[in-house]
Amino acid sequence: MSLDARTVAKMARLARVGLSDEQVHTYQKEMQGIIGWVDQLNEVDVTDVPPMIGTGLAQPRLRDDQVTDGDCREKVLSNAPDREGPFYTVPKVVE
Amino acid sequence: MMSSIFDYTLASAREALRARKVSAVELVDAHIDAIERLDDGLNSFITRTPEQARLAAKEADALLARGEGGSLCGLPIGIKDLFATEGVRTTAASKILGNFVPPYESTVTANLKRDGAISLGKLNLDEFAMGSTNLTSAFGGVENPWKRCDSDAKLVPGGSSGGSAAAVAAGLVLGATGTDTGGSIRQPAAFCGITGIKPTYGRCSRFGTIAFASSLDQAGPMARTLQDCAILLESMAGFDPKDSTSVDRPVPHYEAALGRGVKGLKVGIPKEYRIDGLPAEIEAIWQQGIDWLKEAGAEVVEISLPHTKYGLPAYYIAALAEASSNLARYDGVRFGERVQGASLDALYEATRAAGFGDEVKRRILLGTYVLSSGYYDAYYLRAQKVRTLLQRDFLKAYETVDVILAPTAPSGAFAWDEKPTDPVQVYLNDVFTVPASMAGVPALSVPAGLDSRGVPLGLQLIGRFFDEETLLAAGSVLEKAASFTHRPTIHAGVSA
Repeated sequence: MSLDARTVAKMARLARVGLSDEQVHTYQKEMQGIIGWVDQLNEVDVTDVPPMIGTGLAQPRLRDDQVTDGDCREKVLSNAPDREGPFYTVPKVVE
Repeated sequence: MMSSIFDYTLASAREALRARKVSAVELVDAHIDAIERLDDGLNSFITRTPEQARLAAKEADALLARGEGGSLCGLPIGIKDLFATEGVRTTAASKILGNFVPPYESTVTANLKRDGAISLGKLNLDEFAMGSTNLTSAFGGVENPWKRCDSDAKLVPGGSSGGSAAAVAAGLVLGATGTDTGGSIRQPAAFCGITGIKPTYGRCSRFGTIAFASSLDQAGPMARTLQDCAILLESMAGFDPKDSTSVDRPVPHYEAALGRGVKGLKVGIPKEYRIDGLPAEIEAIWQQGIDWLKEAGAEVVEISLPHTKYGLPAYYIAALAEASSNLARYDGVRFGERVQGASLDALYEATRAAGFGDEVKRRILLGTYVLSSGYYDAYYLRAQKVRTLLQRDFLKAYETVDVILAPTAPSGAFAWDEKPTDPVQVYLNDVFTVPASMAGVPALSVPAGLDSRGVPLGLQLIGRFFDEETLLAAGSVLEKAASFTHRPTIHAGVSA
């Protein structure tokens, strides 16, 4: 499958990674190479093979429906790059 | 020649501390001094914490004087800078977390602290543990303390736990934590002539370890001997309700397994690991390992792991998909570095453009691609199915053998400027380590010898789920036979 510059730019938008046109060009070449290499997986017969989701070693666990953590607002906010009182700040989202 | 404080292993230092032949303060001071002497060059530490370490050493001596203290009381170690440490900056070697100070402690480091280990600081790595060279760190590359006998060129320590491997090899710490997603403990251990264990997935808690690929990430010990690794692993391992993939089973006394021997043990040699273009020196050291195990009474048989070839491409799809999803949290809003933008999307894009390095961006973009609508089935789902086949290969092999022997890496350490520019060529470093990661089985690397240019080579053992003990028993036989006592050019015990 070919991975063109438009697709790379689209992925960058979806992933919210800002790229210059020059970077799009560089990544396109590298990503095309990697995707070409992983295409060898098409040789494998995966008929009736279930996908492996994790290693299956840990069993899902239930616990009592009780609060075990929390009440640490200052800790949670301690790494905020910008804040106002008990809130994170962001640029205006609603006009 | 007088013996030096840098001749201690973790185990012998533990005995000396208990016998009060050396104090924790002396031990910690000597190692802090070594870091100051050597690490401006090696760059194995991102953050040094000498003041906290000295305070902890005083407390350790008080405990030891009363005959108290945990199994690691007073022993200086280093922590890969991927483990969250309360009140100590934790960067994942990324600019985006350049000033991140976690308000909580990872379970693995909390366990080590509980047992009395003293951290000397946070060790360098590839950014977000993505790499096999430790050159993708935003805090600069790490130099391997080993040199080729015929050149002064800077060698890579391997990665991603390259800072951990270099610091242990150079004698700056007695042991270190690493994490292994596709080989990130084993390959740098091999490149730096030390020992490292990637335990079974679920053996060590992932809580508080910054995530790269959650279904693969596993913490493990790195040290100069297997006994040291066994001591560290016993402390690091254990059930943790805060990690939903942590497995609830007792932690064995790993040290006790070291002397079990390999008499009657069946060792598998996977024929698919004899890849085209494997250097003769790697093949020779592998054969040497086979001979050592045979001499010690093991039975060696050829086995087949038919899907080996597809391990690497399937790994990259799975790991990159998980990475793109895990790294979505670095958005410049709740923590980490922020770059302002006119809109929220512009803020995200500018923050992530400035905060992530090239390798990380490439992996996020590829991960987004293989998960995106129209490609999910072709790439991600197919890779997950191939992963099932890779795991079945191992489960089938373990019907006839107890442990598998292979090289750790397809080469010894290469020079900084020999790093291939093609990402696929760099990925090939992990060809022998990735399959065990994909299956979730445990594996270790021990130093087995030097190549013709004087650079260490490692041998890898791969075991059954939760059978780290057999790995330690077989690894111990290799370690004894190899009697690897070589030291790197740059070492704390060598005065300038």
